[in-house]
Amino acid sequence: MSQVNRLSQGGRIDRSQPLNFSFNGQTYQGFAGDTLAAALLANGVDVVGRSFKYSRPRGIVAAGAEEPNAVLQIGSTEAAQIPNVRATQQALYAGLVASSVNGWPSVNTDLMGILGKVGGGMMPPGFYYKTFMYPQNLWLTYEKYIRKAAGLGRAPKENDPDSYDYLNQHCDVLVVGGGAAGLAAALAAGRSGARVILADEQEEFGGHLLDSRETLDGKPASDWVAKALAELAGMPEVTLLPRATVHGYHDHNFLTIHQRLTDHLGEVAPIGQVRQRLHRVRAKRVVLATGAHERPLVYSNNDVPGNMLAGAVSTYVRRYGVAPGKRLLLSTTNDYAYRVALDWLEAGLQVVAIADARANPKGAWVEEARAKGLRVITGSAVIETRGSKRVSAARVARIDPQALKVRSPGDWLDCDLVASSGGYSPVVHLASHLGGKPVWRQDILAFVPGEGFQQRLCAGAVNGVFALGEVLADGCAAGIKAASEAGFAAASGELPKIFGRHEEPSLALFQVPHDKSTARAPKQFVDLQNDVTAAGIELATREGFESVEHVKRYTALGFGTDQGKLGNINGLAIAARSLGISIPEMGTTMFRPNYTPVTFGAVAGRHCGELFEPKRYTALHRWHLQNGAEFEDVGQWKRPWYFPKAGEDLHAAVGRECLAVRDTVGILDASTLGKIDIQGPDAREFLNRVYTNAWTKLDVGKARYGLMCKEDGMVFDDGVTACLADNHFLMTTTTGGAARVLEWLEIYHQTEWPELKVYFTSVTDHWATMTLSGPNSRKLLAEVTDIDLDKDAFPFMSWKEGQVGGVPARVFRISFTGELSYEVNVQADYALGVWEKIVAAGQKHGLTPYGTETMHVLRAEKGFIIVGQDTDGSVTPDDLGMGWCVGRTKPFSWIGWRGMNREDCLKENRKQLVGLKPVDPNKVLPEGAQLVFDPKQSIPMTMVGHVTSSYMSAAMNYSFAMALVKGGLKRIGERVFAPLVDGSVIEAEIVSPVFYDPKGDRQNV
Amino acid sequence: MLHIFCPHCGELRSEEEFHAKGQAHIPRPLDPNACTDEEWGDYIFFRDNPRGIHHELWVHAAGCRQYFNVTRHTVTYEILETYKIGERPSVTEASVAAKKAVDQGVTA
Amino acid sequence: MSNVNVYKQRPDSGRAESPLFHAGLDELARKGKNSAGVTLREKKLLGHLTLRGDASDPDFAGGVHKALGLELPVALTLVANADASLQWLGPDEWLLIVPGGSEFATEQRLREALAGQHVSLVNVSGGQTILELAGPKAREVLMKSSSYDVHPSNFPVGKAVGTVFAKSQLVIRRTGEETWELLVRRSFADYIWLWLQDASAEYGLAIKA
Repeated sequence: MSQVNRLSQGGRIDRSQPLNFSFNGQTYQGFAGDTLAAALLANGVDVVGRSFKYSRPRGIVAAGAEEPNAVLQIGSTEAAQIPNVRATQQALYAGLVASSVNGWPSVNTDLMGILGKVGGGMMPPGFYYKTFMYPQNLWLTYEKYIRKAAGLGRAPKENDPDSYDYLNQHCDVLVVGGGAAGLAAALAAGRSGARVILADEQEEFGGHLLDSRETLDGKPASDWVAKALAELAGMPEVTLLPRATVHGYHDHNFLTIHQRLTDHLGEVAPIGQVRQRLHRVRAKRVVLATGAHERPLVYSNNDVPGNMLAGAVSTYVRRYGVAPGKRLLLSTTNDYAYRVALDWLEAGLQVVAIADARANPKGAWVEEARAKGLRVITGSAVIETRGSKRVSAARVARIDPQALKVRSPGDWLDCDLVASSGGYSPVVHLASHLGGKPVWRQDILAFVPGEGFQQRLCAGAVNGVFALGEVLADGCAAGIKAASEAGFAAASGELPKIFGRHEEPSLALFQVPHDKSTARAPKQFVDLQNDVTAAGIELATREGFESVEHVKRYTALGFGTDQGKLGNINGLAIAARSLGISIPEMGTTMFRPNYTPVTFGAVAGRHCGELFEPKRYTALHRWHLQNGAEFEDVGQWKRPWYFPKAGEDLHAAVGRECLAVRDTVGILDASTLGKIDIQGPDAREFLNRVYTNAWTKLDVGKARYGLMCKEDGMVFDDGVTACLADNHFLMTTTTGGAARVLEWLEIYHQTEWPELKVYFTSVTDHWATMTLSGPNSRKLLAEVTDIDLDKDAFPFMSWKEGQVGGVPARVFRISFTGELSYEVNVQADYALGVWEKIVAAGQKHGLTPYGTETMHVLRAEKGFIIVGQDTDGSVTPDDLGMGWCVGRTKPFSWIGWRGMNREDCLKENRKQLVGLKPVDPNKVLPEGAQLVFDPKQSIPMTMVGHVTSSYMSAAMNYSFAMALVKGGLKRIGERVFAPLVDGSVIEAEIVSPVFYDPKGDRQNV
Repeated sequence: MLHIFCPHCGELRSEEEFHAKGQAHIPRPLDPNACTDEEWGDYIFFRDNPRGIHHELWVHAAGCRQYFNVTRHTVTYEILETYKIGERPSVTEASVAAKKAVDQGVTA
Repeated sequence: MSNVNVYKQRPDSGRAESPLFHAGLDELARKGKNSAGVTLREKKLLGHLTLRGDASDPDFAGGVHKALGLELPVALTLVANADASLQWLGPDEWLLIVPGGSEFATEQRLREALAGQHVSLVNVSGGQTILELAGPKAREVLMKSSSYDVHPSNFPVGKAVGTVFAKSQLVIRRTGEETWELLVRRSFADYIWLWLQDASAEYGLAIKA
């Protein structure tokens, strides 16, 4: 039994290319050119899933993006899993594997179905809030159960094998939608020479022209589509993007387009090809030609498989050669839906009847149907259908839409397909993404896009223009206007001739009455994806939810991936009637990006794996790799953390590295420090204003440590700055602070003190910096340099120029370890050669490379802070005990001075930096541990500070820490306690933060 | 993604090239030491949050590294002008209100 | 001259490693294919100097011209002669690129020509490199990487812009119909190199020595 519903002819499919695919484990066959939905319908698959809340069987309803039920999981392997695929938008390919997501354990026998059917009242609207929120601690359990039962699809557990990327596009005119209006707009704009992008979400351009009964210039509509596309393809500045959904309209005409480049070819892209692309488009003008979605009618049991949108039936018949049934019953409020019955009849199938809610319809389509012998039942509608997994009959009764009453018992008519049409809702989503409020038009019973802040035009059905001739003219006019506003002279071209016909207005029917009240009638579904019924909306309004946004949240109307495509208008009309207000008074909810789901792959693009974030390397990185370094992330930098020898862990390696520096000499790659070259006659004055300490008297050849504060008086960076010449300084910053310090200097120079003659230039990447530290560093450096290293010729806190390892170098005698140290700076291109020469010469001195961890331990032993570790933006220099670094008498009120003299900053009981010495010298306090004075107090304890840095000192052979403690500077000698998560408590003595060589003799030799 | 005209580069550029630096036209007091704690607190902590016209400081971080000012509408996100440091805005809450009054006067 | 510290930072000899030294581009160039949608080469170890000064001061522009034979380029442009290219980076900032090894002499010449003016000259040769991207698909690779509009109507030959590139920043310079230069900071060079390989994979990437 293959393709039982495939018509013997017609459709835009390739019958010579059969394609096998599977759905829920069963194999089927379709044809090239099918969507998955078309192929499922061709094979008579009625049930594609279970509904979200009531777990009722559901079938395919629509033929496009608005499909609420056939939201499937695709993929034959774990890595290729894609959730949330609309079967109506997925092209069929050979070997496609799809399964339902809603239905556990299976779509045909469903656990939740029993709940749903037996206890329909068990899950009223707001069921999340009412049923599952209490008791709160059970929510996690409920959530797991609900998710599994509701079947929201699942992400793959293995890495996606495909590649994705972005393409940044710029154009004069972006046309969204490749139907009649969009094609006409693109042609008009393209002919002007403007850069035009035409994006369409379907497999083929053409929109409804591909299944239209209309003719253009006397030829089939698809001929005109082909001709228009050929012309567009020949324009060098026109970009055609098929399979490309414009899913977001962002500020200043920035739109994002999700293009599926290879999804129609297979679940994995062919080798070398990008699977999906996210176009990031900046458009001077946007033409929205997004069309309209047909509005289904809301009647009892309108969710049973076999209830479809009228237009979708036509699409399947004419575009795919598929008849989703045998006996059609059409229920309509408008003329246009009559074409469905005519298409059905031409396909050789039975039209049971047409129920028209209007009393006396006489439009051209209507008369054509009558002339062909079709039974038209006026003033009536399908009020209820019957069937469990497929419609078997529908009841047609006389209705009074105004009174919401049924005026006759009606007749049950046997049928297996009910097509309904309640009118057409313009697809206003994109027009509303930025807050533009749609406007209600009573003449067409629809919301159209309202005023937008963006440079956009709307054309065609989205504008409320429905007749084909008018749609083409509207599109053409929009294309001309958009191009000319973008600066291109566009002229009107010849438009194809359309056979005009008389159409009568449609009738407002947002809910079909039933002989029982809404609350008691069989369920009348408004939002199929979220299982929202007319009764649920009425209940929401009765319970006091009056704002459309509240009704939405209470009922879930228009939630999730559906974004109210089918149910929104009916739902808010029902709410409005229930509240006794008009539809425009009710208004619509906000439509939000994304219009349809976008894969995470497309969102990530190339920014994943190794390319997730830039990794920055120093010029010495290769040596670190070859010498077994473990690396630490410092900002984006990869810095050597420690250099383990065979069998060493972090602790052992760092202990060894620390002792080597204290006992002989170590070498560190310090290239990541920020470095800023400062030139100009006012450079010194500028330093006086941005540093806390004084720079007036720093001589050429000398260097000085400085603290930087923000205006609030809190420390935000530090570093050593050297005076290279009277008007020339070299500033160093923390590794992480380099960029923000440069921006900081610039903001003050550009906005506050432009009169100061000074320029700042980053030289971070130009210089590589190698730090030699330890008592033997002088001896070692002497072997590779021509600089006089005599302690008087080259004292502490000064710098010299000369050759190091045969390369010109600036050497700074500064120290972050407390040992005799030299920082050797050379042009980065030559750094590795210099480093290798130093390392070779250092062998006999026991030179030991060390990493950031050892550097941290050594500086902490000396009580040197690390900004960002020992400070957190709430710490003043005085809090750090660094009052010696504050120029209290500097004439200019430098940045931070006024701030740190605020009343609060002067309080004695502020958190201040102290040293901590655990009573048990083997216990290392965890960094971040909270401190208390009394460990016996009851919880919550009064916390008095926290540990900022904590290590085991190899040189001193005991653990130690730095901490911020309330009033700590006056509590030296007292005890604090760190109660830990495991219940243990570490006791420590408050001491000076300088643990090692407090007089600084070792660095000053 | 805003599209911002850099007055130094003379071009519209994408927002990602810029960093927003908060409200514009907040000069540092010439004599901070003369400020009371309250005045100083106002200077460093308090900023306007208008519904409508807002003057902002931005920096073209990935481009010319220059700071400049932006007049932006906080409801529509429309950028009404950009201008260099040291210049005054031509579009202000007052100028918009005045224009509105004139427009209404003309049509009334 | 004595107000600033100017000294020769590049040795006359000695092993120099450009920011993409580790990538072994020369070896890849020997092994790789010749025809590809995109070709890449590193224009390495050139002399890079950052020049700051007052563009509105005719003495400044005159001094620059005297020393280099180049007019100061206006916003978003690049001027070049046989020896040097000079690019606008900002209203008071330019990038001068000269043959590797000549940057010290160039700096001295400029400082002499600009003596007495408030200017800044900084040697940044070790901190950046130029990657040249060429070929019919080079523009598409740029489109994948930067939100800046690289269409010929917006980006003629001779234009140069600082912008965002992948998750980094750099300067894009258009030097020919299908030839572009990326000015890349040393520490980001490996990231950009990985990015370019990935982004050009679908077009084929050839390395030129």
